[in-house]
Amino acid sequence: MSRKLLIKNGIVICPSQKIMDKLDILIDGSIIQKIQKDITDHEAQILDASGKYVCPGLIDMHTNLKEPGREDIGTIKSGSESAASGGFTSIACMPNTNPVIDDLMGIEYILSRTRSVGLVNIFPIGAVTKGNQGKELTNISSMVEAGAVALTDVNKSIMDSSLMRSALEYVKMFNIPIISHCEDSNLSEDGCINESRVSTILGFKGIPSIAEELMVSRDIILSRFTQSRIHFAHITTRSSVEMIRISKKDNIPITCGTTPHHFSLSEEDILKSPYDTNLKIQPPLRSQDDLSAIKEGLQDGTIDTIATDHDPWLDNEKDIEFINAPFGIVSFETAIPLIFENLVTTKYLSIQDVIEKISLNPSKILNLHRGILKNGFVADITIIDPELEINITKDFFHSICKNSPFIGRKLKGFAVYTIVNGQIIYDRYKDLFCIQQNN
Amino acid sequence: MDNLTFKHRHLLGLADLSREEIELVLSTAVPMKQIFTRSVKKVPVLRGKTVVNLFYEASTRTRTSFEIAAKRLSADVISISSSTSSISKGESLIDTAKTLEAMNSDVIVIRHNASGAPQFLSQHASCQIVNGGDGIHEHPTQALLDLFTMKEMKGGIDGLKVAIVGDILHSRVSRSNIIGIHRLGGEVRLVGPPTLIPKDIDKMGCKIYYNLEEGLDGVDVIYCLRIQLERQAKKLFPSLEEYVRLYSINDKRVKLAKRDVLVMHPGPMNRGVELSTSVAYSDQSTITNQVTNGIAIRMAVFFLLLGGGRSVQEITD
Repeated sequence: MSRKLLIKNGIVICPSQKIMDKLDILIDGSIIQKIQKDITDHEAQILDASGKYVCPGLIDMHTNLKEPGREDIGTIKSGSESAASGGFTSIACMPNTNPVIDDLMGIEYILSRTRSVGLVNIFPIGAVTKGNQGKELTNISSMVEAGAVALTDVNKSIMDSSLMRSALEYVKMFNIPIISHCEDSNLSEDGCINESRVSTILGFKGIPSIAEELMVSRDIILSRFTQSRIHFAHITTRSSVEMIRISKKDNIPITCGTTPHHFSLSEEDILKSPYDTNLKIQPPLRSQDDLSAIKEGLQDGTIDTIATDHDPWLDNEKDIEFINAPFGIVSFETAIPLIFENLVTTKYLSIQDVIEKISLNPSKILNLHRGILKNGFVADITIIDPELEINITKDFFHSICKNSPFIGRKLKGFAVYTIVNGQIIYDRYKDLFCIQQNN
Repeated sequence: MDNLTFKHRHLLGLADLSREEIELVLSTAVPMKQIFTRSVKKVPVLRGKTVVNLFYEASTRTRTSFEIAAKRLSADVISISSSTSSISKGESLIDTAKTLEAMNSDVIVIRHNASGAPQFLSQHASCQIVNGGDGIHEHPTQALLDLFTMKEMKGGIDGLKVAIVGDILHSRVSRSNIIGIHRLGGEVRLVGPPTLIPKDIDKMGCKIYYNLEEGLDGVDVIYCLRIQLERQAKKLFPSLEEYVRLYSINDKRVKLAKRDVLVMHPGPMNRGVELSTSVAYSDQSTITNQVTNGIAIRMAVFFLLLGGGRSVQEITD
């Protein structure tokens, strides 16, 4: 007989069915058996969720796991622990590892490591071009058959428009999206922060907003022409939001995302603590006006997803001259509180909207058949305590690397239980991870 | 003002200095300069102090100037350049600094191609830091010596119109000078092709001119910046010939400014590019004064940072 778990007295949120109500959920094995008021089941383990949100498991569609190649800073095990403690039940990992995930073997490697040590569901994303070099297409069909859920060249745009066109046309037969980084590398070369008054004052070569906007506009035009799906990984400027808003009205098959840091921080924060390399992020933190545009885009639905772009680096890699430091921050574990602080309490988004953007929509874009709390669906569930406050210190992070600009801040609203395939894999009260048992 | 002490541990940039503090450095440099005319050009104020010049970029003039300044104050000076040290073995900036600190250095003068490297060092090392030029951010001692030179020749900076001409985009000298001239009440015009003017620099309170003739009209100071020839490769301007045709300061163009205009250049200059040879060696040129004043300013900076609050009269009387 399989294990049963009964989640009682929580506020169940399911944007797909427009549910937000005090309900109980009974899980049998790995499957949701029943969702209704006042369930009793004497065989089931009871989990009291009073005062908490019971949500479809969060899905992060943009994660840098660093395995293979940099197991010293991030592994499939450490990355999935960090994700689980941040409330994520599924993550999609980027192929810019060493070697690049650009063939069947790479996809198989990620999936087999996940089966051995992964806590959460891990969905590999393959490279569009061999070695992410932007020259030749990868063997797409074999990667997709093995389990690749999307393709991307991660932190590079495919500058050759003819190659991008071919890639878009080719992937139509698999119904997967190409995730576009959207940055014209000729314009962004050697830049380290947004090109503006701030870069001028601090003496940095800037990354101009047009580097992003030109690629967004090109890719919109390519998507319209090929009728193939593009997901813009993380747009950051007002014009990008506006172009996408207009194009969606024309039913061009595009979607787009943002990250917690791009709606929580702006370049003004760099001016406040100049040369703090934990503010060196790609795409760069932009102006206050761009930040407002991102929030407006989230509010009116132009921006479909919130993804972490979790990107670990060691202290000794980050603690160097700003221009030489790598881009990126760890962000699984601060994602939920930053969403509450900057989007929910400020009334840009309701909690249902949030769950839509961080669970349902990523699932739809990547065809994961998750993000829904309904009888018969896989029991991937995140339970969030919106009132829980935590002082963020280095020790707070489960990630190997602690490169976060939010250390020293007090944040509010955290995942307390993360449930994958019906099993509690993270319990914040005990600060404990449990490896999934295969049923 | 004589009672004002210099409260900073480091000299990282002019952005950190108030008008009064800048004036204190300039006034401290006056008696320092008088030492140069003595037969013994050395005073024993910093005996026992150790100054390290840590240069990650090639430099003759700035490094030598810091060296002479420290020696004239009787400090011990060591100069390290990146090609002849463990830096070339890949040692990180932070570790190099920790090593120098463990050798009980008092001041590190750092020049680095990364903007913010002196700030970074000041957060990680316990010695005092002097910025000898960082990336395209600041070059505070250069600006201080330029301000000293302007003040010496013109009596003051208040109300002066200064045209900075050339590659503003890659110039740390221009950023420090803009801040310094503004703090002391002067006006800054930036003159150059649009591709060499950084974004939003007008928000630092400068007027922008693409046309040299308009930019020079009625100015008190023409400040030429060095053109780095490799910029051309980055497609920022078509050719040196074009640059010279549009922006080189020649005798005819000098006449557009005030009659008693000063022509300044931080060096090293490309002869016949930023300014014509005849202008460079004219009476209006302050290029050699700037070099001499650089030593006085750097002595003043060392004295204010290391002198333990002593008054400058005490040592120069």
